[in-house]
Amino acid sequence: MSYAGLRSLLPKNDLINFAVLALILVVVLPLSLDIFRLNLVGKYLTYAFVALGLVLCWGYGGILSLGQGVFFGLGGYAMAMFLKLEASSPENTAIQSTPGIPDFMDWNQLTELPWFWQPFHSLTFTVIAIIVIPSIFAYIIGVAMFKRRVGGVYFAIITQAVAAILTILIIGQQGYTGGVNGITDLRTLFGWDIRTNEAKYVFYFLCVFMLFLCLGVAQFVRKSKLGRLLVAMREMEDRVRFSGYDVANFKIFVFCLGSAFAAIGGAMFTLQVGFMSPTFVGIVPSIEMVIFCAVGGRLSIFGAVYGALVVNWAKTTFSESFPELWLFAMGALFIGVVMAFPNGLAGLYTKYCEPKVNQLIARFTGKSNDTSAELAPQMKTEGGNP
Amino acid sequence: MFADYTTSELMSIFAMQGFAGLILFSVFVLMALGLAIIFGQMGVINMAHGEFMILGAYITYLTSNVFADYMPNLFGAYFFIAMILAFIAAGALGMLVEWAMIRHLYHRPLDTLLATWGLSLILQQCYRTIFGAREVGVTLPDWLMGSFQLTDIIEVPINGIFVMTLAVGISVAIAALMYKSRWGIQVRSVVQNRPMAGAVGINTARVDRLTFGLGCGIAGVAGSAFTMIGSTGPTSGQLYIVDTFLVVVFGGAASLLGTIASAFTISQAQSTMEFFLSGSMAKVLTLLFVVFILMLRPQGLFSLKVRR
Repeated sequence: MSYAGLRSLLPKNDLINFAVLALILVVVLPLSLDIFRLNLVGKYLTYAFVALGLVLCWGYGGILSLGQGVFFGLGGYAMAMFLKLEASSPENTAIQSTPGIPDFMDWNQLTELPWFWQPFHSLTFTVIAIIVIPSIFAYIIGVAMFKRRVGGVYFAIITQAVAAILTILIIGQQGYTGGVNGITDLRTLFGWDIRTNEAKYVFYFLCVFMLFLCLGVAQFVRKSKLGRLLVAMREMEDRVRFSGYDVANFKIFVFCLGSAFAAIGGAMFTLQVGFMSPTFVGIVPSIEMVIFCAVGGRLSIFGAVYGALVVNWAKTTFSESFPELWLFAMGALFIGVVMAFPNGLAGLYTKYCEPKVNQLIARFTGKSNDTSAELAPQMKTEGGNP
Repeated sequence: MFADYTTSELMSIFAMQGFAGLILFSVFVLMALGLAIIFGQMGVINMAHGEFMILGAYITYLTSNVFADYMPNLFGAYFFIAMILAFIAAGALGMLVEWAMIRHLYHRPLDTLLATWGLSLILQQCYRTIFGAREVGVTLPDWLMGSFQLTDIIEVPINGIFVMTLAVGISVAIAALMYKSRWGIQVRSVVQNRPMAGAVGINTARVDRLTFGLGCGIAGVAGSAFTMIGSTGPTSGQLYIVDTFLVVVFGGAASLLGTIASAFTISQAQSTMEFFLSGSMAKVLTLLFVVFILMLRPQGLFSLKVRR
């Protein structure tokens, strides 16, 4: 890619944002936190994937999905199924009446592995499934809804119903899914113990790496023609349609992309936390994921990451010390973000901090230009005064 | 699955499950009516609707305790007082919420969804602090206990009949209010064209507030009725909210008749299947069926033809 192309894809402000986020996640947090807290941060970051997808879907495309937990769960369950199959090798499960199948199946009188569990013996299949299955699922929902021009509130309610259906199904089909406890007791990845501190560090950095990959994709979408079309559709859908674009296809694409992000987050969650359960799939977690995005700022891909970190950190701290107050705080957060700060943390940043940061940058670059350009002093005062 | 039963047994099962479905139907109708007014007429997504219902249930619980302690000889009549109190309390809270929150968000429907979700969390925690996390139940007065024995197998509980009567009565009252009264005309005109309704002298802000209050008040009555067939906990409302939204959307948001028809379809499907399958599968199949129909027919069963 040419230099100009790169500059338009990654303007100066975004470059700084990327650098600051990388500094925080790769250097500051791993050095300042012990492994227990770092593992928690890694868990929070998995929600940042979901929030990132929501920024594209909701902030840019205007499609509010209240069922992102479904995709988070599908990704997480795919990963958990692979790990569970490895953990339930015939040697490990010799005391069961049917050795070689996961323990919860044995408890539910299943005598052989169901057909849809079979392919998850392969890691390659699992990795592909983590991305592809949620995307296909999102594609089906998207085609059915957007081709019929269902949007807005109706879409939100239907995705919420899908989340409810999946949760009830997982809880009800205990023998196949592990029921309300979920898939627990995951041990190794190719014989490598995933519960050690060393593994937790590896997974944390893997998670950060994947997050930056997804941020890169999101930045590309945002700066491409697709990103501008999404904003145009959100503001005036009919006008985009009359200009000759097939609005539904763009919506379907961005919804699938958001669901794939969520699914990657889910898989990372399983790896770091060590289990997956229906409590991360249903209606309540799905709406909480929307609030991460809203607190961070629904128009900012970086805001999504900070929003997920801040809200989850607050949730952990509050529920450790004042469990009764947490729901009040959470409710107030919902109302406050919607009524007083619709652009979230990112909105506050662009309004109050960014001008100052820009001033600072202008001052620095002004100084460095001081010797080379004669106009520099003037620029410096311009940068300093307002 | 039908093979294990004889024909007459099967008929009785259908009758019994059909009646159980009718009770579920009554609760759905009561909950969905309030939502149909708020969502269908005003376009506001009230995720706290379940919590308004639970407010009604808790008011009924308090009233029954007060009657049991101070006026035991009037205990048989407490339920009617409780319903009126529930309506007033939920309606007043609804009007307060409309004034403080909803009226600033009319042009952002997705944001009302999030804000009212926040409200529902706060209300839940309030209930938990005041009434405790455990579920509470009310003592039914004697005349609501027991059941009619129709045949050997079929018996019909009296409280079920009472809830059904209540549902029918309130539906008729709402229909009359919305389609026959002067106030109903005002509501519908504000919904269809707000600036024009304002221009002909309707106080649209006041109409909005009263409509929202009415919807919440009906939710309160629904909660009151809910205490007769189940116990009440801080999160009971959340369990029903998605079902209720689906009932309203499935029926066609702006149509009261559609709401009733879809409540009937969903509740009957669910309770009949519940007997033959496990409860969770019955629910999954019902919800899948509704979502599938909505994908084919997004406007719902009954839709108003409005020129946009």
